[in-house]
Amino acid sequence: MFNFDILLQQILNGLVLGSVYALVALGYTMVYGILQLINFAHGEILMIGAMVALTVIQVPAVAALPGPLQMVVALLASIPACVLLSLAIERLAYRPLRGAPRLSPLITAIGMSIVLQTVAMIIWSPNPHSFPDLLPSEPVAIGGASLAPKQLLVLGVAAVMMAGLSLMVNKTRLGRAMRATAENPRIAGLMGVNANMVIALTFAIGAALAAVAGLLVALNYNIVHFSMGFTPGLKAFTAAVLGGIGNITGAMIGGLLLGVIESLGAGYIGPLTNNFFGSHYQDIFAFVVLVLVLLLRPSGIMGERVADRA
Amino acid sequence: MIRSFFPGLSGNPAAAFLAAAGVGLVLLVLPLAASELLGNFWVRLMAMALLYVMLALGLNIVVGFAGLLDLGYVAFYAVGAYMYALLASPHLAEQFEWIARLFPDGLHADIWMIVPLSVGIAAFFGVLLGAPVLKLRGDYLAIVTLGFGEIVRIFLNNLNSPINITNGPQGITGIDPIRIGGVPMPRSLEFLGIEFNRLHLYYYLFLALAVVIIIVSIRLQDSRIGRAWMAIREDEIAAKAMGINTRNVKLLAFAMGATFGGVAGSMFAAFQGFISPESFVLMESIQIVAMVVLGGMGHVPGVILGAILLYAIPEALRIVAKPSQIFLFGEELIPTEALRMLLFGGSMVVIMLIRPKGLWPAPRHGERAPPPAVSAQQA
Repeated sequence: MFNFDILLQQILNGLVLGSVYALVALGYTMVYGILQLINFAHGEILMIGAMVALTVIQVPAVAALPGPLQMVVALLASIPACVLLSLAIERLAYRPLRGAPRLSPLITAIGMSIVLQTVAMIIWSPNPHSFPDLLPSEPVAIGGASLAPKQLLVLGVAAVMMAGLSLMVNKTRLGRAMRATAENPRIAGLMGVNANMVIALTFAIGAALAAVAGLLVALNYNIVHFSMGFTPGLKAFTAAVLGGIGNITGAMIGGLLLGVIESLGAGYIGPLTNNFFGSHYQDIFAFVVLVLVLLLRPSGIMGERVADRA
Repeated sequence: MIRSFFPGLSGNPAAAFLAAAGVGLVLLVLPLAASELLGNFWVRLMAMALLYVMLALGLNIVVGFAGLLDLGYVAFYAVGAYMYALLASPHLAEQFEWIARLFPDGLHADIWMIVPLSVGIAAFFGVLLGAPVLKLRGDYLAIVTLGFGEIVRIFLNNLNSPINITNGPQGITGIDPIRIGGVPMPRSLEFLGIEFNRLHLYYYLFLALAVVIIIVSIRLQDSRIGRAWMAIREDEIAAKAMGINTRNVKLLAFAMGATFGGVAGSMFAAFQGFISPESFVLMESIQIVAMVVLGGMGHVPGVILGAILLYAIPEALRIVAKPSQIFLFGEELIPTEALRMLLFGGSMVVIMLIRPKGLWPAPRHGERAPPPAVSAQQA
């Protein structure tokens, strides 16, 4: 007998996972849309965000506050930290290479990612730290399934941030400038858009989203360590490509879809294949779906045609 | 061909030939001198650096010549390594009775079988990867190749049940040394009164293979196929219009690139005597891409330089870092591992900023107009 409650639970878990991917994927996709650059250091921004948040809530004065308030204080510190860091990286490692061959900024991005991880390892030690539960752990029932409050928080925060970002990109002057720069930086410049400013703001917004995602990941898994940015970064990049890289709605859809696929894959791949493939193959599942989607739609679910240079 | 390594001597073939002979002599004497003066650690480092030269040249065909960004190249390295490990270790005979019955003395593959076989299997995997992704462009290709690399690694990690093929995360141990014509590589050899140890012999074997791969690379680059790859890299639509069968030529790039990786992988397995999925992680692929780009995409001497530098610097730091910190500051301020990664990542950034086209880029015949991009000067 097929159990619908388990299916619902898997989908909900997938949506929680996918919300985090989507938040991080937005950072990748916005930068890519404008600069055609895979910002490999983006996952590290998430890690720094989580680390700063942990450091803040360990301060005795903050630790005495109630849980939700601690999170707000942590974000007040981690968002500016991540934004400044991201702006510094853009200034230092990406801006001088505009107009250089396309793979050159990719290499500086990888280099930056290694440097950030190592610096974090020196500052916060190579050992993982446990991250306290800041919310009550009583699960909330939804239909036949249940979610912990922190998971609900992930869903809510991600939804609000994505809605806000959509509004900003589609309705405000800054959003219009961003879209114009993405379409054609030169013409946008002629129309009076300050391209460097727009690019810097794009990095800043991406970093702020990553800082929030960092706190959510830390809260959800109760653990932070210096290499924690790698996997969400990789998955988010996959999600951005799945949705059509450069497309903001695509990143949201791709993130949620990837989360659900992974969760369903991990839950059902064993029974479906008679336990020949166990849940270790969950990542394969995600990548196989990616390949299939790209075979049918070579530029992702929502993607537009992209330039053909590697 | 020698000319591309000595651009300053292009007008003087005799001098270029002499320079090449000189470099060759140095390369032959280097490991002997190193083990005499500094220790065997450095010979091992040089042998491994040669493996990375092979890998980087293989990836250079895909990324540098054909302009297809491949972030899963380590998969071919893994395929070569596992192929050798399975054909030259007791693992398969222990797992499958029929193999034990077929080969009562155990499996001991010879280099004359290994090299063609690793070329063939790696090329097959290259086509396997290439075929479904031909339509994809740019960074879509990057993520799918990355996924391919991860898929291969996950399979290696998990194919220990229900049938034990790869022995999972424990990896395969007891791999034979290379056999040439049925004779296993000796632990040491005396020749002309000079004592060669195992590391020296592997160094010479890898050097020979690397030279073959360098020659193949340069000949390919100047061939009709090489020009077709570069045409696709510069403008795929124009290349198509010129009558290039872009599908076949791209597949060929994946297959050719993969073969070098496969050979390097089988040599790696023989050299180490032990392999596990840990050696074939995404970071390894990224490192090889960095070697190609940092050295100078599409330029064989540049890629060789990039491979040697990016492999040798972090490895050398492993033993130099601590004593030099103690010498400079009187204590170890930063742990060796951290300092190594810091300098590795930092040097990638700094080199790219100083030389955006790589350390030793290919000489351009005619500069193209830069694509419309936001320039740094724009206010």
